Amino acid sequence: MSTDSVIRLEFRSHCDMLDFVQVVSETLGALAKFDDDAIHWVSVAVRESVINAIKHGNREIEDKRVMVEFTLSPVADPDRLTVRVVDQGEGFDPVEVVDPLAPENLLKSSGRGVFFMRSFMDDLKLQRVPEGGMEVVMVKSSTSSS
Amino acid sequence: MEIEERTLENVVVLDLKGKLTIGEGDELLKEKINNLLQQGHKNLLLNLEDVPYVDSAGLGEIVRTYTTVSRQGGTLKLVNLTKRITDLLAITKLLTVFDTFESEADAVSSFSS
Repeated sequence: MSTDSVIRLEFRSHCDMLDFVQVVSETLGALAKFDDDAIHWVSVAVRESVINAIKHGNREIEDKRVMVEFTLSPVADPDRLTVRVVDQGEGFDPVEVVDPLAPENLLKSSGRGVFFMRSFMDDLKLQRVPEGGMEVVMVKSSTSSS
Repeated sequence: MEIEERTLENVVVLDLKGKLTIGEGDELLKEKINNLLQQGHKNLLLNLEDVPYVDSAGLGEIVRTYTTVSRQGGTLKLVNLTKRITDLLAITKLLTVFDTFESEADAVSSFSS
């Protein structure tokens, strides 16, 4: 018997889905008993991941899909939210992500998305998927500090 | 996102209202700032009191605004930051870059000092 609740969204590469994804994230964050700040910051991390998938992964080619999968666990009394975001782009080497806190990058107008994900979630994994594209897996628990 | 413009002494105050996120407010802010700079305004104050949500694109637009204004010899300051925006600026080390104020009166008078 499964011990998780899984909610899966799949949509074209367009930012008009961002607010919907955010609402889903906030609703599931509340079910996982996150406090208000954690609900907010998790939704920011999820938005950043989806924006990256649309803009940098799928290069805003609308026919390419973005898949977002939320997993609440354990199902009886959830306190942990895992979010998996997969695009159909070429992927990238996570090592190449620049440090936005480096003095030479502080005043750059972009490059903070992955940093936000890492800051607001307990765990973040970025990897290329075998069939192409990038997979981001982020985890947040209500037992961790926000 | 809506932007309302006021002038206090020699400072143009922009009241931002609504989310500052990708595709929502970032372009509007850029156009507004460019227009003000073209009109010769150099002292600009962003009032962020009614901005409930900022993502990396929105934060990037504030940074771009700051650098654009600075390059053209102007000064951009921030006032009435929400706790969440303050937290974002703190973790990105941008609190060390921007002049931020809790009081509009203090912010406006700082342009004269």
